[in-house]
Amino acid sequence: MGAAIDRGRPLAFTFDGKPYVGFAGDSIASALLANGVRVVGRSFKYHRPRGVWGAWTEEPNAIVDVTRLARTTPNLRATVEPLENDMAVRSVNASPTAEGDRVGLLDKFAPVLPAGFYYKTFFWPRWEAYEGRIRAMAGLGRLDPNNRPPAENPQFTARCDLLVVGAGPAGLAAAAAAAKAGRVVFLIDDHAEIGGQLVHRGGAIEDRGWFDWARRAQALVLAAGGRVMTRTTAYGVYDGNLVCAWERRMAEPDALWRIRPKRIVIAAGAIERPLVIPDNDRPGVMSADAALVYLRRFGLLIGKRVVIATNNDSAYGVAEALAEAGAKVEVVDTRADGPPCQLKVTRDAAIEGVVAARGVEAVRVGERTHECDALLLSGGWSPTVHLYAQARGRLRYDEARAALIPAGEVENLAVAGAANGAFTLAEALREGHAAGGGEGPAPNAPAGVYRIEASWPKADDQGRRWIDFQNDVTLKDVALAAREGYVSVEHLKRYTTLGMATDQGKTANVNAIAALAALTGRTIDETGTTTYRPPFVPTPMGVIAGRRRGALINPLRRLPLEAEHRANGAQMREYSGWLRPAWHGPDEPERVVQTEAARARDAVALFDGSSLGKIEIIGPDAAKLADFHSYNRLSTLKVGRIRYGFLLAETGVVFDDGVTLRLAEDRFLISCSSGHTDPVRMRLELARQDRFDPARVFIHDTTAHWATLTVTGPRSRDVVEACGLGVALDDKSLPHMAFATATFDGAPLRIARVSFTGDRSYELSVPASRAARLRARLAEKLKALSGGLLGLEALMILRAEKGYVVVGKTGPPCRMTLAWPARAIRGRTNISASAPSSCQSPTTRAASNWSA
Amino acid sequence: MQVFPCPFCGPRDETEFHFVGEPKARPEPASEISDAEWAEHLWFNANPKGEAREIWLHLTCMEMFAMTRDTATNAVVVSEALTRPAH
Repeated sequence: MGAAIDRGRPLAFTFDGKPYVGFAGDSIASALLANGVRVVGRSFKYHRPRGVWGAWTEEPNAIVDVTRLARTTPNLRATVEPLENDMAVRSVNASPTAEGDRVGLLDKFAPVLPAGFYYKTFFWPRWEAYEGRIRAMAGLGRLDPNNRPPAENPQFTARCDLLVVGAGPAGLAAAAAAAKAGRVVFLIDDHAEIGGQLVHRGGAIEDRGWFDWARRAQALVLAAGGRVMTRTTAYGVYDGNLVCAWERRMAEPDALWRIRPKRIVIAAGAIERPLVIPDNDRPGVMSADAALVYLRRFGLLIGKRVVIATNNDSAYGVAEALAEAGAKVEVVDTRADGPPCQLKVTRDAAIEGVVAARGVEAVRVGERTHECDALLLSGGWSPTVHLYAQARGRLRYDEARAALIPAGEVENLAVAGAANGAFTLAEALREGHAAGGGEGPAPNAPAGVYRIEASWPKADDQGRRWIDFQNDVTLKDVALAAREGYVSVEHLKRYTTLGMATDQGKTANVNAIAALAALTGRTIDETGTTTYRPPFVPTPMGVIAGRRRGALINPLRRLPLEAEHRANGAQMREYSGWLRPAWHGPDEPERVVQTEAARARDAVALFDGSSLGKIEIIGPDAAKLADFHSYNRLSTLKVGRIRYGFLLAETGVVFDDGVTLRLAEDRFLISCSSGHTDPVRMRLELARQDRFDPARVFIHDTTAHWATLTVTGPRSRDVVEACGLGVALDDKSLPHMAFATATFDGAPLRIARVSFTGDRSYELSVPASRAARLRARLAEKLKALSGGLLGLEALMILRAEKGYVVVGKTGPPCRMTLAWPARAIRGRTNISASAPSSCQSPTTRAASNWSA
Repeated sequence: MQVFPCPFCGPRDETEFHFVGEPKARPEPASEISDAEWAEHLWFNANPKGEAREIWLHLTCMEMFAMTRDTATNAVVVSEALTRPAH
């Protein structure tokens, strides 16, 4: 017994400050239960003491804050978190402890705290005046500001033929069948081991113990090139059947998987519901199936005297197992008949009251009182249809199974096993085998029987009967909501908070729908369900975000000379997506910036212009495309010359400005703003493909290939001259708005006479690989001529004092007057040398060059 | 996340694509276009519910193509190369 527990490895932990010992293999919940801790938390609204209800992700009560290595993670479900040594576990919504909660008294006021109480009461003068105190009293865990997990969760993308969610009997049968047919299968399950219900219910498959069969199924999947992933929760199905799964890894950070299967089989099992009896929320009341999990997986007998209340056959196996393990067990069945059973069974009877101070002490059935220390409830099974419903699958109510089961087709998605309402092993195997495309007979198992007689809440039920443990919603609250007109389930949910928070109503929703149906005189199908949305379980934001955090949300572009800049004291800052030197040296920035600007004005300075866009237009139709693209006419530009101009968006807004070089008859180089390279390139590409013969003109973004170093200031020519680059620099040979080419270090060099600052400047461009050498040469000569380095801040001062535009930065949208004669535009235009034209007016569109 | 078929690269995640617009001719010659007509061209789209032919750009190969898809169900009907034959 207790397959998961290693009693040779004790683990010390604390709960609400008290020390306890558990074992490797325990969950936090199983360790608490084994230590006799009954009260594990306080309820959300009434601060009622609560115990562990379930054994897995459906848990509504056992929500805890866990501190490990001085970091606290809030709102973890104690039933799924593996126990670790030195864990400090704290109950939520309880102060100082779950056992001795200070405001436990609040429950006495329950009659005056119905659903909607806060909305109706605390609105004068305004809700905010009360909010702080109410939130402190009602709520879950505490956030730890020091817990900032590093952004190291990897994200994997995978494709496969078949994805099977759930490695229980149906999932294993589906995976094995598909793998046998040569399909690549991903089989994933949120537990640490495969088997699903088989792990604690047992069973024989193919006339052997189930484990041999399951191991063979796993081997088949692996042999066909598939994967078996445990501790992995498929939490969402998105467009095109993309499945996202959260993989919990033990020695490494958790991972996110984006799996794109050709087909999906959902075999996610089912979740046991509570019976909606009075005081069903007391500590010591537990799901019958969970009690069996604690016995078989964790070696823990939940009570010495156990009453099991049920309306279906599945609780009888639990009763027998607990009795065999030494408990005194009684069954109370709502039905007149049930399966044969050696134990004491009261038929046609329901629990009418639970006697409990802290934990369960006795239950009342009719006139009789049964003493007990645990009350197990089995109100039937709700198929885990969440992923199917997320994929827009429709549900229908099945009376014979008292369950909402899949009723419609979803493309490339099938549901099998308990998730489809197939609650016996033989049925589950059959459905799984079929869903996996299996040939021949399904794996055989002894024919089982599952019968249930629905015992939904009734309109005239008395007493405080909990429907949603986590949100403290009782049958009375549902009745009140219905009376006040909240008869749609979506309204019911929002009015009462039913089905919200960490468990998302996994144990509550179906009872709630049935209750609302009874209260409004509708059928369950007419009442309908709320919308199922991802995630199926609370998923860490860090896993979803992966490494896209901080600087990696929008990675900066880096200059090839960043190391050299830093070595020279550059303070790097972001400018339009590029990390560039802002100023140099550790001194007070304002002064440094002024000094840098003054040096450029009075002598000479060097700045890195590599981030400026360098997009080439190449081909016989290059001039035509360049004309279309720019406001200015570029086809008239001579080879070796440069022209300044700008681009207009079709809406008439100035899109960008910059210079264009004509490298050859059939080759232009567009130098656009640093932050605009991608959009300008896209604009060119769209124009090329839309209006030109794409075989006669090409667009090539060479921005990253070239480094550009600009020498500016009255003595700039002396610096470039001193470098001895073999280019005639006199103003006749190289006038303003012209460029020359040469060779530097065996690679092409381009020297362009354009001015970003307004002073005489030389832009030297070389392949990025030669940038460091060119920079070293320039810096050496610069020093000799008392020049200095120029950061972006000083550069902006130089531009501003000349009144130059920085597109998108120069201020609010404004009307722009063009100071030079517009070319003869054949289209419409309101732009002229004198007439001001609104940048915002669509009439300026004509200026974007259409060549007729 | 949807998967779109690029006529040149095959099926890719939707994040690789840029919506260009509805296929419509730019009104020309511009000299004869009124402001109202130009505004119509810029801002007024058919935006149909159901089957729609749209121009998309696959950012990783920079090819524009026409995709016909159902805007209500997201089902892609067909995608076609525009300016040159797909491989």
